[in-house]
Amino acid sequence: MEMAQYIAQIQSFTALGLGLIIGLGAIGACIGIGIMGSKFLEAAARQPELIPTLQGRMFLLAGLIDAAFLIGVALAMFFAFANPLLAALKG
Amino acid sequence: MAGEAPENSTAYITHHLTHFKVGEGFWTWHIDTMFMSILLGLVTIGLLYSAARKATPGVPGKWQAFVEMMVDFVDNTVKEVFHLDRSFLAPLALTIFVWVFLMNAMDLLPLDVPGKIAGLFGIHYWRVVPTADVNTTFAMSLTVLLVVIYFSVKAKGAGGYVHELFTAPFGKNPLLWLPNFLLNLVELLSKPVSLAMRLFGNMYAGELVFMLIALLGAGFFSFTIASSFGMLGQIVMGAGWAIFHILIITLQAFIFMMLTIVYSAMATEHH
Repeated sequence: MEMAQYIAQIQSFTALGLGLIIGLGAIGACIGIGIMGSKFLEAAARQPELIPTLQGRMFLLAGLIDAAFLIGVALAMFFAFANPLLAALKG
Repeated sequence: MAGEAPENSTAYITHHLTHFKVGEGFWTWHIDTMFMSILLGLVTIGLLYSAARKATPGVPGKWQAFVEMMVDFVDNTVKEVFHLDRSFLAPLALTIFVWVFLMNAMDLLPLDVPGKIAGLFGIHYWRVVPTADVNTTFAMSLTVLLVVIYFSVKAKGAGGYVHELFTAPFGKNPLLWLPNFLLNLVELLSKPVSLAMRLFGNMYAGELVFMLIALLGAGFFSFTIASSFGMLGQIVMGAGWAIFHILIITLQAFIFMMLTIVYSAMATEHH
């Protein structure tokens, strides 16, 4: 019965942690993309001839801004399905 | 698949996340990753070589025109930032782009098809996206790190590079050697780590979302009205996510290539 309690505790904290990882990462990524996108639209309105150049750079930046968030999602998924904290308990 | 139906959703997902491996512990070899990445590398070389071989100076065919467009784009991008001899960096960048794009594109295959094909050969686990394996992405980014160090040494000389490691950015005072070196070390090591983890995170998360969408329409647990709605939902959401993922695939390959070029260019500046 002790074991079940330990397992439950680890799993519940892991679940909470996953929610925080994905949620907080999403906040950062979305605000970042929003700021960058608004600057791009401003610049496109000022100088429409620069739109192709700026668009390429914008996609590059979008990928870079999303990077940390997606790394967080990948780690969260890893903890969801192959939780090493739980494996340490079984060992 | 080993045993026809998994007993619950978690088993389905963990089955699809298991590599076909040989050996254990540190010496595990992911045979599926190695096979797919080498196969797609040969496809990359074959595609680009076939365009070069049949190139005509007259009016180009569609494939030649497309390859020429890509080569021009990569060459111009390298020319803008890199001021040494481009004959190594530009082909490297093009190879990285096409190879990473093809490896990422394996994610668009339907989820259970590679498993069924591998089952014909008696293999029970097969992960078909090489870039969703940390080993592939770190192998590529560590190679890029070596290329960056090579360009640094080439541009500044071995002695000059070591001198810069210890005296930039703060100054030449021997008291500052340690902070300088630590800062430079962090900058140098963060590049391959971020490069690898970005690509891995994107591909792994993409694969996982495909698996979760596939579970929506899973009819092998029960056949109820709810699960037939689930099947419709799976088709709609699967199509939507696949379309979005086409953008992500191309974008991540492009970002890997751009960052390789930019890091190499940054390694040759600093005077």
